[in-house]
Formats: sequence, C-alpha cells, structure tokens
Amino acid sequence: MFAFIVRRITQALFVMLIISMIGFAIKNKIGDPVRDLVGERVTPAEREQLRDKLGLNDPFFTQYSRFLKNALQGDLGHSFFYKKPALSVIVAKAPATIELVLGAAFIIILVSLPLGVYTALRPRSFFSRMVMGFSTLGVSIPVFLTAIMLIYIFGVQLNWLPSYGRGETVDIFGNGWWQSGFLTRDGLLHLILPCFALASIMLPLFIRLIRSEMMEVLETEYIKYAWAKGLNPMRIWLVHAFKNTLLPVVTVFGVQIGIMFAFTILTETVFQWQGMGYMFLEAVERSDISLLIAYLIVVGSVFVIVNTVVDIIYGFINPTVRIAGRT
Amino acid sequence: MKNHMTRFRESYFFYSFKRDKVAMASFFILLIFLLMSASAPLISPYDPYDSHNIDIMNSEMPPSWYDEGSPEFLLGTDNMGRDLLSTMIYGLRISVLIGIGAVLLQAFIGILVGLTAGYVGGKVDAVLMRVADIQFSFPYLMVAIFISAIFQILFGIGSYEKMAVPLLIVIIGLAEWPVYARTIRASVMGEKNKEYVEAARVIGLSRPVIMIRHVLPNTLTSVMVISTIQVANAVMSEAALSFLGLGMPVTMPSLGSLIKSGFEYIFSGSWWITIFPGLFLILFVLVINLLGDWLRDVLNPKLYKG
Repeated sequence: MFAFIVRRITQALFVMLIISMIGFAIKNKIGDPVRDLVGERVTPAEREQLRDKLGLNDPFFTQYSRFLKNALQGDLGHSFFYKKPALSVIVAKAPATIELVLGAAFIIILVSLPLGVYTALRPRSFFSRMVMGFSTLGVSIPVFLTAIMLIYIFGVQLNWLPSYGRGETVDIFGNGWWQSGFLTRDGLLHLILPCFALASIMLPLFIRLIRSEMMEVLETEYIKYAWAKGLNPMRIWLVHAFKNTLLPVVTVFGVQIGIMFAFTILTETVFQWQGMGYMFLEAVERSDISLLIAYLIVVGSVFVIVNTVVDIIYGFINPTVRIAGRT
Repeated sequence: MKNHMTRFRESYFFYSFKRDKVAMASFFILLIFLLMSASAPLISPYDPYDSHNIDIMNSEMPPSWYDEGSPEFLLGTDNMGRDLLSTMIYGLRISVLIGIGAVLLQAFIGILVGLTAGYVGGKVDAVLMRVADIQFSFPYLMVAIFISAIFQILFGIGSYEKMAVPLLIVIIGLAEWPVYARTIRASVMGEKNKEYVEAARVIGLSRPVIMIRHVLPNTLTSVMVISTIQVANAVMSEAALSFLGLGMPVTMPSLGSLIKSGFEYIFSGSWWITIFPGLFLILFVLVINLLGDWLRDVLNPKLYKG
C-alpha cells in the first residue's frame, strides 16, 4: 500500500511539473512581463534595461527554474490588469466558484440518488422510462442553453428568481475574503438557477451510473439469499443493495467534481457570476497572460490533487487496483 | 455491387435497424440535417454572408406568425437583420464542418498513437499511454477552452476570427484525441496475439503493413461507435467555445455564436434568436447520440471505459 501511495504521488508531481512547464513556455513565448509591470509607456531602451534586470534574457531553463521556485513559494506572477499578484486575484474569486460547485453537488446528490435507485428497482414503470428518456435528452443539451432557458423561463417570463450576480452576501471570516451567499435569503435565491444549470450536466450521468450499479448488485447471490431469508424488501434494497452501489458512485463523484470546475466557465458567463471562470474569460479578453497561466496552474493542481486522492482512497478500498498497477 | 447490396439487406445490422423505430427516425432526421448543411446555398431563402441582403432596419423581427413578423422571414430575423432561418442553416453547415473535421483529425492522431502503442508495446506504449492518460484526466472542454484562449491571444482576435474554422478543427481535435488512442490500443491489444497476425508475421510482412492492413481493419468497429458520439461531442464543444467568444465570429456564425448573439437580446424579449438555433442544436446532437447508443448496442464492441 505504501509503495502504491508513493508511486501515485510521484506521478502527480510529475504531471504538475509538465503543467508548469507548459504554462511557463506559453508565458515565455507570448507573455510580456515588462508590460505587466510598467504598462505600454516606456521607451524601448528602458524596456531593454528592465528586461536585463528581470533576467528575461537568461536561457530558458534558468528562467524556468526561477519560475518554479517562485511558484512553490506561492508567487505565480503578476496580473497586468488587477495590478496584484495573480494568485491573490484567483484566491479572491475562488469562494464564489466553490459555492456554485457545492450547491450543484448538493442538488446532484439530492436528485440522482432517489431517481437512480427508483429506476433500478422499477425499470419498466412509466416514471422510470420518463426519467431515462429525460436523461438521454439531458446529455444532448449544452449547459449554456440550459442556463439560458432557465433564465428565460424563471427570470424573464415568470420573474420568480434573480438571473444574474450573487445577490446579498455575508462575510464569513470577517476579513472580507469569503463572501458567502449561503447565509442570506437573497444569496440563496441567486444560487438556485446557476446551481441547477451546473447540476444539469452531471445529473443524467449519475442517474445512469447509480441505476446500472444498483441493477448489477440486485442480481448478486447475497441479495437472492436475503430474499430467501424473507427479509423486509426495504431493508434489502436500502441496507444490503444500496450500500454496495455507493463505492463506485463515490469515486466517480470525486472526479466529476473536478470536471464541474471546467463547466463553471460556461455557467458563470451566462449568470455573470463573479467567480474564477468569469475571471478567466475576462483575462482572455484583456490578454492577461500571467493570470491565465496562474489559473492553469491552480486548476491543474485541483485536478491532480482530486484525482490522486480519489485513486488512493480507491486503492484502500479495492486492493485489486494497487496490485494490478504493480506490473 | 448487387451482391454487396443483398448481403447488406440480409445482415443482422440492417435487420436490427429496421426493427428499431428510434434508430430509423434518428437516422432520417440526421440525413435531413446533413443534406441541409450540404446544400445550404441552394435551399436557404437568403445568403446571410451577402451584405446586400442585410438591412439593419429588419433587425429583431419576430417569427412570421406574430403580428409584427413579416412573411418574408419565416423564423424572424437576428440582431443584425439577417433572416434567422438562413443564418441557422449556414450555421449548421459550419457546425457540421467543424464537427466532422475535428473528428477526422482526432481519429487520425488517435489511431496513429493507439496503433503504435498497442502493437509496438514496451516503452513506447508506456510513454504514449501516459501522455494520453494525463490529458484524459483533464476534461476535454477545459483543454479546448485553454488552447483556444492561448491561440486567440497568440494570433490576435482579428486573424483568429479569419482562420476560425481550421483553428477550431485543430483545437477540438487536439483536445479529444486520447479517447481514440485508448480505444484503439485496447482493441489492438486484443487482436495482436491472434493467429492471423502471427501468420502475417511468419510470411515476413513488415510491421507497418501488418499494423495498417491487418490489425487496423479489425479495430474499426469500435472506431465507428465512438466516432458517432465524438461528432456530437465535437459539435457541442464548438458551440461552447463559440458561446464563450472563443470560436466563430458573429459575421460568420455557427449555431453556438448565433446563440451567443441572441443571448444579449433575450432580456428585451427577443427569444427567437436564441431559442430556434438552440433547439436546432439540441435536435442535431440528440439524434447523433441516439444513433450512437443504438450502434453501440448492435455492434457491442468491448469499449475501453474511460
């Protein structure tokens, strides 16, 4: 087990090294740190002097190792637009995105578990067929269209829910960093539409996954034995069968939460949600390379960490994984 | 030729196609979509790229069955005064072009990598598959968004928009090739120890010949199955990129950029600029997905589950 963890972490570090190298190469090729610092109004001579002073004329690998050293100390460059360290810009925007993802995850759990279990228990009922039909349809609808339709129906036509921004927020830690929308009525109302839109991409997948896992478990010998013993159906379904469908579902859930961060770019654009995804697109429009690279590295690390942790947990639960990988 | 036709008509493939109403309906709708996009200049009422046809006074006209609508424009007009139906048909044409182009590119890269990795094995396999795995652990949409953002800054927004079609094909192709590489590799691993490969090797055929002429044809079933789903994915990715402003420009809109330009007008009540292209896109992707599901059930290759 120890060897497995070590190998998995080495691999994660290796991936991070590659990501940082790609990020640095892009920054080195098309970014302009001099402009990031002083703007456009500097003579070419002063510019050249500054380049020398900053070490921008050094060989590639000297610069790269310096970039890596800074990155390890939490310095991912300087945002040209915000005039602040890129990492602190991202950290300031992170709570909005995290709350969006948490809200969507909550909806996914709340909706997909009962629907998945029900469709597995009663695969031929009318309701189950409808759920499966909707999930096929759901896969084919791009998330931004779901979001637009939600806005049009609930925001514009019915005027029930607010359709952009975060609404009223509360400062959780008292230092102005984490502005939470979870604690006010207005903030929660603003969360409803974006969270549903974001959840809509993952819902079909989870309903199908839970359904197929549950159906597989229901065919096993120990469930037949439980029926033969004459146990209460509720007990067989929920305690015996359901518990064993959870393992694969939890692992997939871990990875999918990471994937949801990618889709926040689309959801945040539609709802003008001031999170990391919105910031990313603004950075593209302003050609703020340092901020883009910092975003790449932060999101890349989130993915690598989530994947590694999920793999290690899975290795603990399912020993065949760590044996199979040893060859 | 006749012999082939009768063989096809008596095959299990055609038999199950005839029995499945959903598959038949999806196939015909898809056929209509493809014909529409191929013959766009012939069937669309106006040419949306021709500025002579565009009158800004006609902008944001509702569909013809509304009082303010005009019988000239069946589904209304968009924010620039273009006939919405024509613009949608041309947009579909671009989406189809990019979707198929991107899938051809990713299939090419994926087959090359998967075939080499699976057949050569050893260190080559380990390196190639590690690369594919690393990229696969990131969602392809994220990769596509990031590559297109870098391209847009690199080329500047003006020339990016001029080269948007080939660039989007490259971006989406680069973002999604690992799916092919992994599937092909898995089927090559299953094929390469079979006797016919052994026989080919004994005759003294060279490695590339065995790989391309003997092993590759036997992996094509799985290629066919993932290709249908991948076209749907590529069309969705293109729409997402265009919606974010990283894809097709408004002057030459795909369905995604049409939805984007309509979204700015939805609050003023001009819903049709967004909703019609949206429904068009959903129906197109839905029939491809349904057809892909059916194909997977019928051919049932052992796909590499990602």
